[in-house]
Amino acid sequence: MASSCWGLPELLCEFPSLPNSTLRHMRMGIDDGFRGIVRAYSDQIDAATRPLQWFLNTLEHAFVDTPWFIIFALILVVVWFASRNPKIVLGSSMGLAFIGIFGLWEDTMTTLAMVTVATLIAIILGLPIGILMARSDRMQKILTPVLDVMQTMPSFVYLIPVVVIFGIGKVPGVIAVVIYAIPPMIRLTNLGIRLVDKEVIEAADAFGANPRQKLWGVQLPLSLPTIMAGVNQTIMMALAMVVVASMVGVGGLGKNVLQAINNQFFTIGFLNGFALVAIAIIFDRASQAFGKRLQKHSEAGHD
Amino acid sequence: MTDATTNTDTGNRSGIEIRNLYKIFGARPKDYVEKVQAGMGKEELNDKHKHVLGLQDINLTLPPGKISVIMGLSGSGKSTLIRHINGLIMPTAGEILYNGRDVVKMNEEELREFRRHETAMVFQKFALLPHRTVLENTCYGLDIQGVDRKESEPIAKKWIARVGLAGYEDNYPNQLSGGMQQRVGLARALANDADILLMDEAFSALDPLIRMDMQKVLLDLQAELKKTIVFITHDLDEALRLGDKIAILRDGALNQVGTGQEIVLRPANEYIAEFVREVNRGRVIRAETIALPLPEGELPKMKVKASSVLEKIARRMADAEVRTATVVDAANKPIGMVDMTTILTAMVTPASVEEGDDEVEEDSAA
Repeated sequence: MASSCWGLPELLCEFPSLPNSTLRHMRMGIDDGFRGIVRAYSDQIDAATRPLQWFLNTLEHAFVDTPWFIIFALILVVVWFASRNPKIVLGSSMGLAFIGIFGLWEDTMTTLAMVTVATLIAIILGLPIGILMARSDRMQKILTPVLDVMQTMPSFVYLIPVVVIFGIGKVPGVIAVVIYAIPPMIRLTNLGIRLVDKEVIEAADAFGANPRQKLWGVQLPLSLPTIMAGVNQTIMMALAMVVVASMVGVGGLGKNVLQAINNQFFTIGFLNGFALVAIAIIFDRASQAFGKRLQKHSEAGHD
Repeated sequence: MTDATTNTDTGNRSGIEIRNLYKIFGARPKDYVEKVQAGMGKEELNDKHKHVLGLQDINLTLPPGKISVIMGLSGSGKSTLIRHINGLIMPTAGEILYNGRDVVKMNEEELREFRRHETAMVFQKFALLPHRTVLENTCYGLDIQGVDRKESEPIAKKWIARVGLAGYEDNYPNQLSGGMQQRVGLARALANDADILLMDEAFSALDPLIRMDMQKVLLDLQAELKKTIVFITHDLDEALRLGDKIAILRDGALNQVGTGQEIVLRPANEYIAEFVREVNRGRVIRAETIALPLPEGELPKMKVKASSVLEKIARRMADAEVRTATVVDAANKPIGMVDMTTILTAMVTPASVEEGDDEVEEDSAA
């Protein structure tokens, strides 16, 4: 590097960085401090994650231990009630059949439990945060860069603090998935509420609606299509992150993919990948059709 | 508007009293209000201080049980003014009194109660709730008040029928035409049973024929309900048709306040005169205004009401082929007479403001 410096002085040639020793001390200081804090509070952290652990295990057992045809039928019923579209139901049954035939049923169930829990948590946390963000411009200013970081930071990177804090296993896996999948939920809730027609909001004000009546009676119902798009995106991102989360000990399809990468098992890799795709498409079509159905009032437009 | 001024029972109801109202838009409006009150102009405020003068020194009484029309072109501040009445916009200085209370001084809760029970509003672009049916939209004000649907639905159905939408209760707004949507807007406002009805360019988005239709609906309803209506429009014909009282707003200041007849006959300045010359005067001027003294001896046989507009009288006289008529007051007592020449003279626009056009017409005819 230094050789191609056209004879410039050292300072202008290479970017003046902090000395290596300083950087090393800084790194060690932060890492040790972080670990120290985690060690000191490990009991509390354990206690805090126990309900999550229990929820995850229960759901996973429910999915895995229930005979396959019941789950199969259950999923189709849910898809039917969400979409009311026989084509989507037929497609879903084909996808599920493909998964079963290639022997991936159990792993898929594990993944499904994981994604369900992560999505639920993302919605439960993301919706109120999105509402808060829509109500206050300051909140939006603070949260937007945070969400930017959450979405652009390579997902492997925040596996590190998650593992340091929570160790290896399903719970840290779910937490990592939630962090990765929650930004669209927050962003689209915020956007949806902010895009609600100003005139309609003014009408609600003119009739004396209080903030709660405005939120539940006008803002949320009218932003529901956008919020549903957020839910849809959250599910998709959760499915994508499940593979990465398998690096910290999450089982299911992701683990198979990881093993296939390590061993260059081409077929296993693609089969498991396609199983994920199948679930993704089922979720996507069903949730989109549901979102559209919520908008039945916008059908048969007059003009 | 013809006979609405005759017999209204508005004895002890309160009108709306707007006093010394100023609205300045910008970062620090309070800092400039005194300077504006002391005479700083709109341009200076805008150029030097980057604040916009929305409304200046508005003093206006909106009588109870009457339709008051605030007329102005876009940017005149009329929509800003109507939003002050229910506190959607708060003034920089001034008072808005109703029933002895100042809307400006109300806290949030009082203001909400005031909006729920004393006012209702109709919007230019309807502002219906797209996810609610016609019936549910009409119930909206009552829902907000906390009225049970068991009670509110019959009320809503009554008003839906009253605005001519019976049978459409379960439709969604965007299944309806613009005129029908605004009928829903009107029904929603009326279901609130509020004394004050604020109508912000309520009919401006409608086709001319449907607009006339809605004006008639409003006048019919008002003849029965006697609400205190504030109606905003940019259309002088609409103002003259609806308004018991008309206030003309320009650049945030009131230019003239009066009845339609007063404005047409005595425009306060060039700007208003310019507006008024296109107006059909026969629909505005009333018999009493142009009545001649009673003649000696026998009175003309045909009788016309003092409050009738000239167009109607002229048509009746032409049909009956008479040239003179007696003007009688509400008690049927003769108070004067009119003849065809006087009526025609009053109906055509005075020559002084018309000259330019005449020349053009003659040229094009030649």
